[in-house]
Amino acid sequence: MQLDEFFVTGEPLIYGGMVSIVLVTSAIIFLLTYLKRWGWLWREWLTTVDHKKIGIMYILSALAMLFRGGVDALMMRVQLAFPNMNFLNSQHYNEIFTTHGTVMIIFMAMPFLVGLMNIIVPLQIGARDFAFPFVNAVSFWSFFFGAMLFNISFVIGGSPDAGWTSYTPLAGAALSPGPGQNFYLMGLQLAGIGTLATGINLMVTILKMRAPGMKMFDMPIFTWSTLVTSFIIIFAFPILTVALALLTIDRIFGSQFFTLTGEGMPMMWANLFWMWGHPEVYIVILPAFGIFSEIIATFARKQLFGYKAMVWSMILIAGLSFLVWVHHFFTMGAGALVNSVFSVSTMLIAVPTGVKIFNWLATLYKSRIQMTTAMMWSLAFIPSFVIGGVTGVMLGMAAADYQFHNSYFLIAHFHYVLIAGTVFACFAGLVYWYPKMFGHKLNERIGKHSFWWFLIGFHVCFFPQYFVGLDGMPRRVFAILPEWMPLNVISTVGAFGMGVGFVIFVYNIYYSYRYSKREEKGDAWDGRTLEWATPTPVPFYNFATLPEINGRDAFLSMKKNNETTFDEERLEPIHMPSNTGQPIIMMAILAFASFALVFEWIGLAVIGLIGTLIMMGIRSFDYDDGYHVEVDEIKKIERSARGL
Amino acid sequence: MSKNTKHVPVQHIIGFLLSIVLTLLAVWAALGSNLPVAWIIIAIMALAIIQAGIQLFMFMHMTESSSGGGHVPWNMMFHGFVLAAIIVAGSLFTMSFGFHHDHGSHTDHQEESSHQHD
Ligand code: HEM
Ligand SMILES: [Cu+2]
Repeated sequence: MQLDEFFVTGEPLIYGGMVSIVLVTSAIIFLLTYLKRWGWLWREWLTTVDHKKIGIMYILSALAMLFRGGVDALMMRVQLAFPNMNFLNSQHYNEIFTTHGTVMIIFMAMPFLVGLMNIIVPLQIGARDFAFPFVNAVSFWSFFFGAMLFNISFVIGGSPDAGWTSYTPLAGAALSPGPGQNFYLMGLQLAGIGTLATGINLMVTILKMRAPGMKMFDMPIFTWSTLVTSFIIIFAFPILTVALALLTIDRIFGSQFFTLTGEGMPMMWANLFWMWGHPEVYIVILPAFGIFSEIIATFARKQLFGYKAMVWSMILIAGLSFLVWVHHFFTMGAGALVNSVFSVSTMLIAVPTGVKIFNWLATLYKSRIQMTTAMMWSLAFIPSFVIGGVTGVMLGMAAADYQFHNSYFLIAHFHYVLIAGTVFACFAGLVYWYPKMFGHKLNERIGKHSFWWFLIGFHVCFFPQYFVGLDGMPRRVFAILPEWMPLNVISTVGAFGMGVGFVIFVYNIYYSYRYSKREEKGDAWDGRTLEWATPTPVPFYNFATLPEINGRDAFLSMKKNNETTFDEERLEPIHMPSNTGQPIIMMAILAFASFALVFEWIGLAVIGLIGTLIMMGIRSFDYDDGYHVEVDEIKKIERSARGL
Repeated sequence: MSKNTKHVPVQHIIGFLLSIVLTLLAVWAALGSNLPVAWIIIAIMALAIIQAGIQLFMFMHMTESSSGGGHVPWNMMFHGFVLAAIIVAGSLFTMSFGFHHDHGSHTDHQEESSHQHD
């Protein structure tokens, strides 16, 4: 292979990308060396098994991915603003909408939410870490390397260009030769290992490690949403794993699962993809529901209305989410019976979702609302998400979907649910739990600026897309007709508004780091659930002691009874897991194997796989049982954290 | 301070090796053997069931009695079966109602493959 086949050549934008990658990487290496921080980085972060630090790394990576996906989005919007734009050519446009969709769903939305779960769920249930801290670190690094592998494709080898749905036969070897589509397959496969492991890890943690006395129906609602989500992950992700593996074997080893020739069935890919894909959209929305529920209850200063109904509706949504996948390909030609069945099941999902909307409204009803930034994101979510949901029901009507499918109407729909749901929730959750993570709040005034820019930009960007869709503009086109121009210009303006909102949000992180008042107590918002019972910064073992929990809103009753998580009488040595470099090394080797497979260098891939197996062997015979934190040390840490 | 519990996980090692052997056997059945297709499918199914058994008994603590059978993941097994049923029945339902797979007629095939070549 020639070097100019290895690197992508001939595109000024991509040369720019290469230059900035080199610059940023050398800047980071220089800073780490100059400040002598390599050892610190390795000891404190790269080898950590602490769920709080892993969570922070997830969120940082997710923000970086949001930036990357956002730049993709803005480039698309520039190209689509006017007819005959020559900003992106059709090939480049195809690559960008593919990476945009994949990055946003797989490498932004999920890791962001998993990051918040990582930090908050153990704290909410009174646990000291995940059930399997080592596996948690493996999960993070598998996501991280999966994301890197996918992202490197635009400078090395060329990006995938068959859409984030990667439909066959287009995505097969015959029509998409070269490494591009392999990057998609291996990147998702690698990250998928981590997602599946995290699902199992979270489920075991929640089922087995709750504080004494905390019953299932006493759990905070975010923890419930995480439990339901991990259930969906465990049952949906294996489908993706198998589908990706089959397509990989098709492309690299010449089998015929999804090909047009041979006995292949290209439509089977769409079938399998959406059997995972639809549950996947609930994987990214249910945690968002959980976050909004926590925030609304906290700042309405009321118990969440209809807690049990909230839980049961989530369980119902999870069950139904496995029964609606065909609504993504109503137009593919299945008969009327099939389409009708899935039309009905799709519309059924609106029922439990509606229950949740009314419960939030009832929680707000006659409450004294505190207009914090986190609360404003949550309040804005409700009407925006309803628009997305209602148009979703329109799409669910199979006959009507023949008109809407693959038009901008669809694009507007899923951005209304994904952005107003998931992205708002990520921002709201980050703002809400920020003081717990970093020991100071994000500035409220700047936060509200970023909120308004983003909210207004969002509606200006995506509301017109419903109408341009009804006017017949199809998705995944790189050139528009003159008659679609006015609405598209508006859309592009809105997109840049969101961009401004995001930049202000990131600036706020820097500003607050410099100037925000440091938290003295752990309870920044006068919270109701257990995570606020810990001091700030949270000691690495989370809880020195725990009171017997009885009932919901555990911290509220602790405050009433004057209980804390530091009961000197009951202190005992705490057993903690040791840090380890194995997860990052293991996953780096597996990433190497995946990279080799992308270029179909089978020999190197086998070497990498053997290396991974060796690492697994080393782990299997690793008898490090962790260490104990002695009572004296706990006393010292807690006293200084609590200012006693 | 840190206490070490050394014991070689014999069961896990045996289970791991058995899984690999069974997988290789399945690969051979599909690629290397000259069995009729129906037998290949039956053989792979049988190997898969044995694999699942190995997972349950050698890795999932099915036989540990420490919590009075509490280790048997009935709930997850039930849901696993339901999901498998949805995948299989659902795929058959959606893929065979309204679609026409004309792999049978030979003329079609020839046309397709000659397209491939030019
Ligand atoms: C600044 C914000 C955003 C803008 C301006 C934007 C814009 C776009 C545009 C123009 C497309 C259509 C590409 C085409 O089919 O021609 C698109 C597709 C898509 N977007 Fe976004 N988007 C944004 C944020 C997000 C977020 C936050 C998510 C996910 C959480 C997301 C997920 C998707 C997905 C899944 C697709 C489909 C990709 C495909 O069909 O291949 N977007 N977006
Ligand atoms: Cu769907």
